[in-house]
Amino acid sequence: MTTITVNNQTLQVDASPDTPLLWVLRDHLGLTGTKYGCGVALCGACTVHVDGVAMRSCILPLRAIESKKITTIEGLSQGRSHPVQRAWIELDVPQCGYCQSGQIMSAAALLRSNTAPTEAEIDSAMAGNICRCGTYARIRKAIHRAAELLLAGTQS
Amino acid sequence: MSAHRSGPLSDDPDRREFCKRTAAAGSGLVLALTLPAFAGRSSRAASGVQAGGGRARDSQLNAWLKIGSDNSVTVLVDRSEMGQGVYTALPMLLAEELEIDLARIKVVAAPVGDAYVNALNGGQITGTSNSIPDAWDKLRTAGAQARIMLIAAAARAWRVDPGECYAKNGVVANARGKTLTYGELAAAAAGMPVPKEIKLKPKADFRLIGTSQARLDTPGKVDGSAEFGLDVKLPGMLYAALAQSPVLGGKVAAVDSAAAQSMPGVRRVLTTSSGVVVVADHFWQALQARNALQITWDPGANVRLDNAAIQAVLRKAAAAVPGLVARKDGDVAAALKGAQRTLDAVYELPLLAHATMEPMNCTADVKAGHCDLYVGTQVQQIAQATAATAAGLQPNQVNVMTTLIGGGFGRRLDVDFIPAAVEASKAVGAPVKLIWTREDDMTHDTYRPPIREDVSAGIDGGGKLSAWNMHITSPSITARFDPTNKDPFDSVVEYAQKYPYAVPNFALSFSRQEIGIDVGYLRSVSHAPNCFVIESFMDEVAAALSKSPLDFRLELLAAKPRLARVLKLAAERAGWGHAPKGRHQGLALMEGYDTHMAQVAEISAAGGELKVHKITCAVDCGQMVNPRIVESQIESGIVFGLSAALWGEVTIAGGRVQQANFNSYRLLRGNEMPELDVHLLPSDEPPGGIGEAAVPLVAPAICNAIFAATGRRLRSLPISAHLLA
Repeated sequence: MTTITVNNQTLQVDASPDTPLLWVLRDHLGLTGTKYGCGVALCGACTVHVDGVAMRSCILPLRAIESKKITTIEGLSQGRSHPVQRAWIELDVPQCGYCQSGQIMSAAALLRSNTAPTEAEIDSAMAGNICRCGTYARIRKAIHRAAELLLAGTQS
Repeated sequence: MSAHRSGPLSDDPDRREFCKRTAAAGSGLVLALTLPAFAGRSSRAASGVQAGGGRARDSQLNAWLKIGSDNSVTVLVDRSEMGQGVYTALPMLLAEELEIDLARIKVVAAPVGDAYVNALNGGQITGTSNSIPDAWDKLRTAGAQARIMLIAAAARAWRVDPGECYAKNGVVANARGKTLTYGELAAAAAGMPVPKEIKLKPKADFRLIGTSQARLDTPGKVDGSAEFGLDVKLPGMLYAALAQSPVLGGKVAAVDSAAAQSMPGVRRVLTTSSGVVVVADHFWQALQARNALQITWDPGANVRLDNAAIQAVLRKAAAAVPGLVARKDGDVAAALKGAQRTLDAVYELPLLAHATMEPMNCTADVKAGHCDLYVGTQVQQIAQATAATAAGLQPNQVNVMTTLIGGGFGRRLDVDFIPAAVEASKAVGAPVKLIWTREDDMTHDTYRPPIREDVSAGIDGGGKLSAWNMHITSPSITARFDPTNKDPFDSVVEYAQKYPYAVPNFALSFSRQEIGIDVGYLRSVSHAPNCFVIESFMDEVAAALSKSPLDFRLELLAAKPRLARVLKLAAERAGWGHAPKGRHQGLALMEGYDTHMAQVAEISAAGGELKVHKITCAVDCGQMVNPRIVESQIESGIVFGLSAALWGEVTIAGGRVQQANFNSYRLLRGNEMPELDVHLLPSDEPPGGIGEAAVPLVAPAICNAIFAATGRRLRSLPISAHLLA
């Protein structure tokens, strides 16, 4: 048994220590919002936050995350209230939607460390997340919009 | 974090009763409905039919609409949602006539049923960009019929003439101020006669159609709750990984599974029709055990197959295999012979992978005399029949629960990922979710066929284009789906048949040459290769005549005013002929899926380094249901077209696909996006398709711009295979 903390819940997981966090989340904990896309950190569909930093859960073995705080798309906010989620809804970013949990987690991590990212900073933070439907133009707009919502939230 | 949800649903007598008698007008079809009851289990793909909370009773007013006594409105959408927006746009059609708020609608996937056949595709098929054209009259009629039945029920309750009643915002009212909600009326309305003569709203009265409504599937796609095939959860479900022959078409010769069998969590190793399956408690365990299998493969006939061999066999066939005539106007041979000048070129297109973000997967639950199938499929009936064969059942013993699809692009018109899941579930007596890895998916795709197109043009003494001859050589996609097919109208030649320019002598022929591996439908099936050739070669002819690519096309589009209009608009908005210093432009157009489109690409190629700066796109797709979705589909198509144009190529060595993941099969990333400038033209014409229309123009527009920049004419893709310096 390994003890892990996911979305502020401390849980016991019965999986071998080499099991990637991705499959622990999906198959052991039923948190299927985090997606499998490539298995080797090339596409970003499995992005989660580890102690607030965006990481690819497909290459993160269970043994490496004990004592770390994991946040998945399910735990990002209550009722889709995170500014990134609100912006995503406002601009109808998703198409098929499969990569979007990862896109949102990457964008949320970016805005956590940088509340007003430039185009180049968005490029750099989001280049690891592939979207085969090609929602990139809307993702860019939505990140700028989320930054506005974030600013409005902190001012009000 | 529970691993399962509600228990079995009861059969729904209202639906069964309704299904026996209802008929759908509008498309001119009278449909005898055969809806299998949802014997669904816990997965949301099936359980969405439950109205939220309480003991609400649902009444089914027609094949697509259920109204609950609690006022819930459920629309059964019979096309698969794979990002193109059918879970929003199709309900909009119905809601327009039903007089109900779109936001109140809950969408569930329709089961297999005759009512759900796409008349334009001849099956319950999501493809060919025709979900809206097929549903346009059908679902508006269904909404109107239901509205009239609700009004009739209210009129009977009030003992007044239906003409004194009207429906608005989910309520039927009359002149005396009485009201009844749809929920209160639904049960009685379901028993009313289905009206035959339906007068649909004129465009001027539309309140939903033509407006940008928020997608109904967005909320679930931003909080992780949207359920794709990969996310299906069933009580007692096991997981499976599959080992397929690394050489395409190979078979299992021998399996040593001793090591795999002894690994943690492994329940069973079995050889199926698709390869060797490992079933385990968890997917990671199944995958580790699969990788520990010692399999001897019989590689079969493809062991020497490579790209050079494919290219050679197509080259040979282009000359040796008599072409089937697909279109013939005038006398091309005579026109070419009498031409003052002729141009000849050979264009070659590579194999392409679909590379959907969600790899192929399928969950099957086989029991005595029954199978539940949870699958992201574009072909519900074929999925059902395939599962039935694999389970040893009749098709009507298989319930297909269509999940959300994490990218289709035609890949899920194939069902090759279904049998192994069904066979495994049957063998272990439990629900099994079988998942392909990315590598499995990339190396066992049903690839866009490699295509060779030999093209010739004749220019007469007056400097006019007098002849166009096109000969396409390719494996047949159509024949794989229908082996008896012999006609020339193969899916790889379709767009070339619609060659849009006025030329007095035109010929198109097709030589079928198989290459030993499965080829399939990829987004913009024939349109992408044929548009690339037509639009590139049109530029070659324009250059030979020293004409502007824009003027040359416009001269030949007198009979195509809609195309001429989008071409002029795209050119105007792109500042055609006035590119910034160091940048160059190219254009392309297409009339496909009843949509008219033109694109202008703006690039730079200094020092041989290509950069696509901007794509300007003008579109007339007829009437739009939801312009915001139309725009997103165009953006999507352009990105898809960019990936294919710049890098898309599957290569084969020793019968094995050499690309395995996103490091070797490159897709466009956000930081590589050009600026997009999309212009949607208003139209009163019937709606065209938009899911595929934008893809094909990208490659020729860019290659035409490369010609403008460098004088180099690229006659094959991807562009990355060429040195531009």
